[in-house]
Amino acid sequence: MIHHLIPRVLSKLLIPFIVLFGFYVQFHGDFGPGGGFQAGVIVAAGIILYALIYGLDAAETVISPGVVGVIMALGLLLYAGVGVATMALGAEFLNYNALDSHDPVHGQHMGILIIEFGVGVTVAAVMLTIFFKFADRLKLIRDLEQMHGDDEDVR
Amino acid sequence: MNWEAIINIVLLALLVVITLGILRLRNLFAVVMLSGIFSLIMASVFTVLDAVDVAFTEAAVGAGISTILALSTLALIDNRREKVPSRLRFMPLLVSVATGAALLWAMGGLPPVGAPDTPAQQHVAPYYIQQAPQEIDVPNLVTAVLASYRGFDTLGEVAVIFTAGVGVMFLLGTLPAIGARPRRRKEGEEE
Repeated sequence: MIHHLIPRVLSKLLIPFIVLFGFYVQFHGDFGPGGGFQAGVIVAAGIILYALIYGLDAAETVISPGVVGVIMALGLLLYAGVGVATMALGAEFLNYNALDSHDPVHGQHMGILIIEFGVGVTVAAVMLTIFFKFADRLKLIRDLEQMHGDDEDVR
Repeated sequence: MNWEAIINIVLLALLVVITLGILRLRNLFAVVMLSGIFSLIMASVFTVLDAVDVAFTEAAVGAGISTILALSTLALIDNRREKVPSRLRFMPLLVSVATGAALLWAMGGLPPVGAPDTPAQQHVAPYYIQQAPQEIDVPNLVTAVLASYRGFDTLGEVAVIFTAGVGVMFLLGTLPAIGARPRRRKEGEEE
């Protein structure tokens, strides 16, 4: 972890811009290309780059895997919750017109913003979860190898 | 010949070269890196086709995260080289060539790229294009269709992604107990 000076410096410069670009894609999705899916993946890629350069422990300090698992579900619940909210307001499931009783178009804007945020959060959390699980597995296998010696097949 | 055609030909030729490389190579690390490059060039192809949304996704998922996950898998498994098949199998080759030939033959029946009178553009697309500015008023029509007109579909897609995450959590759960506990107990009994 002491080596790789150039990737460390470069990634330190790039990661804030990657995450910022992710947020731009997230909240600018109504106007330009992009949206929740793309934004979630870009943010997750930034954090994964951080984990690759600075180590898994540093990344898990930034975002703990437990929290990631929770917000993974929260994003989907937020999306489905908008649908339940519109039903409670007397419209069909996911009919955002109901979100603003005076201006249906504004209701659509709000609905799209909220559900895109839910999509982005879920996608980013799922990508991070998959990466963390793969990387944790490697650590676990190395621990077991040390515990049992190299001859034993712990895989 | 215009520039777009030249760019397309170069990109598609690169895709063919990379595919042949993936087929020929037996070093798994090289294959993973080549498939990442394949995804990156595919993202360029999508950009040329004006599908920037898809290009974003392809570059981030295909070239970025998939490559890293495949490399993590290579770190987990022991053998770095795929076993070379002992003999050439003709049946799979025949099926592949026949499928490819059928697809090439069917390509002649396809409408030109971007033609407005294709069957796909006759159904609901005119409604979306005419009504979205009044009903949704979002400049990006793709977002309007994905999030509003087809919000339920997108909810399903998010549920699929969520399910994938849960599946990986179950399969690769980091409980060391699964592998370690019986062995430890056995050692204790022997002592």
